[in-house]
Amino acid sequence: MASTRPGWDDDGADGRLRAVGHALFAFGLIAWMWVRSTLAYRTSFVLMTFGNFAASGLDFVAILLMFSRVDALGGFTLPEVAFLYGTCSLALGLADLLVGNVERLGARIRDGTLDTLLLRPVPVYVQIAADRFALRRLGRTTQGLLVLLWSVGRLDVEWTAGRVLMVPLMAVCGAVIFGAVYTVGAAFQFWAQDAAELQNSLTYGGNALLQYPPTVFARDLVRGVTFIVPLAFVNWLPALWLLGRPYPLGLPVWTAFLGPAVAALMAAGAALAWRHGVRAYRSTGS
Amino acid sequence: MGGTDAADTEPLIEVAGVEKVFTVRRKVGRLRRARHQVRAVDGLTFQVPRGEMVGYIGPNGAGKSTTIKMLTGILTPSGGRLRVAGIDPSRERTRLARRIGVVFGQRTTLWWDLPLKDSYELVRRMYRVPAGAFRTNLDRCVELLDLAPLLDVPVRQLSLGQRMRGDIAAALLHDPEVLYLDEPTIGLDVISKAKVRAFLHEVNAERGTTVLLTTHDLTDIEQLCRRVMVIDHGRLVFDGDLAGLRAAADGERLLVVDLAAELPPIEGVPGARTIKVDGPRQWLAFPAADSAAPLVTAVAARYPLVDLSVREPDVETLIAELYAGGGAARVAPGGATRPAP
Repeated sequence: MASTRPGWDDDGADGRLRAVGHALFAFGLIAWMWVRSTLAYRTSFVLMTFGNFAASGLDFVAILLMFSRVDALGGFTLPEVAFLYGTCSLALGLADLLVGNVERLGARIRDGTLDTLLLRPVPVYVQIAADRFALRRLGRTTQGLLVLLWSVGRLDVEWTAGRVLMVPLMAVCGAVIFGAVYTVGAAFQFWAQDAAELQNSLTYGGNALLQYPPTVFARDLVRGVTFIVPLAFVNWLPALWLLGRPYPLGLPVWTAFLGPAVAALMAAGAALAWRHGVRAYRSTGS
Repeated sequence: MGGTDAADTEPLIEVAGVEKVFTVRRKVGRLRRARHQVRAVDGLTFQVPRGEMVGYIGPNGAGKSTTIKMLTGILTPSGGRLRVAGIDPSRERTRLARRIGVVFGQRTTLWWDLPLKDSYELVRRMYRVPAGAFRTNLDRCVELLDLAPLLDVPVRQLSLGQRMRGDIAAALLHDPEVLYLDEPTIGLDVISKAKVRAFLHEVNAERGTTVLLTTHDLTDIEQLCRRVMVIDHGRLVFDGDLAGLRAAADGERLLVVDLAAELPPIEGVPGARTIKVDGPRQWLAFPAADSAAPLVTAVAARYPLVDLSVREPDVETLIAELYAGGGAARVAPGGATRPAP
């Protein structure tokens, strides 16, 4: 039964590409609408962003305080720790800005508003991620970026092209990895509507962990964030290469470059989990 | 407006033997949980041709909302075949979304914190409505639903009636072929109800939009729908027109008589029984199909009759009787009667 409406009915690679384009367009659309409605209250927006900036900056202040008493932390200097801090704050900030809102899924299932999202011709994931898009979350991102830039100027490394390229690559892959954790956590909520805490412990908890060098943690913890929930690929492993530091757990140096592969794998896994969740929801509708 | 499909001659909505089974877990004892299955929709079959306006009624929990959710693709049926505009809703939900409009009376599909006109703008972009068609549709809705003073108000500040009007407009901006309305008049005041009904009538007549409407307010059905389907325990127990429903339910009419004095219940009128006495006023029930004239003569001959009126049964009573009867006849759309299972 062919429809004569052009544009969105055609299958195949071209159609799929167009679908992705439309999904991104819809994300921008919804996000922009929220930005506009927050900008209507300019003072409130400025205060919220500053608050977000300051709150996420407090743990860097903690690091600074520590370094006022010691010269190195687990063998890492202040600029090195700042580099770890900056890269992972930036990655988490980006993930939180773009898809962090999916954690509201459980609430949407409980109050029944997920149904309304399922009625629209845009993927549910896009709608829920862009819903209440809040630019104030840029606070964390900006703060992470500032610390990162500060540290880059003070690091004692030779800035080859590879090292320079590694920095943005870390931010992007890290954001994808954190985004995947957000998504898997949200997908869980299709079955258990209060699973948000578990995901928070991995995102915010993971962030708090990755701000410090791996050398200060127990081996088992490092092993856990490398092999079980591969958060180590956000900044630890690539940063150790960049800083020319020895690897934990006897890992080979080439693991520094696994970031993109790990990010892709996690994104694929998250997509699968999400799709599974949506399907389970649609067959029970609870 | 709207696509002219090759499928024009086929029914727009096709439901054949559709089932929806939910598995419910219940605690039995301390740790054990027993699973048991609830058949929310059980072998549902019906068709709706293009342009028809159908009332879909039944008691709470009968399966009305489940049916609508399956028709929109929000829920996946456990069995049977379902097509809307030739599309399998659960498999191609997003594609279908462009061709249907949905209004849930209990919750809004609009963006809670955005002004109405921003919500409409988002709808336009999401559904990729051509600018010209959008302008025309919006202007028409604004005019007929009195939305002009509400366009700049955030949805959360709208009253229930205003919000409902706003929701109905949003569901129609992309020229849907089908409009599903789940309790569109619930909680509305008389004036808002009248506005909504007049508008729906207009949309159906003017654009030929197919409408499927669930409601508890049977005035909606009386004023809007030539066809009514009744669902109970997930099964279709009636499908026909309102007059047919009255007949199928073995409806009774009421003769209300005012006597000159307070008297014991009227007796001995053939074909009627007294069901209520309140002072000098008495209520007599008689079969809907019978004439009231001989009854009136019989009462007037033996009692001091002051005034009288005949009341048609309201549809609520009819449906209650239909359920109570259980074995009431099923009437197919063509008018053919088949025995209920």
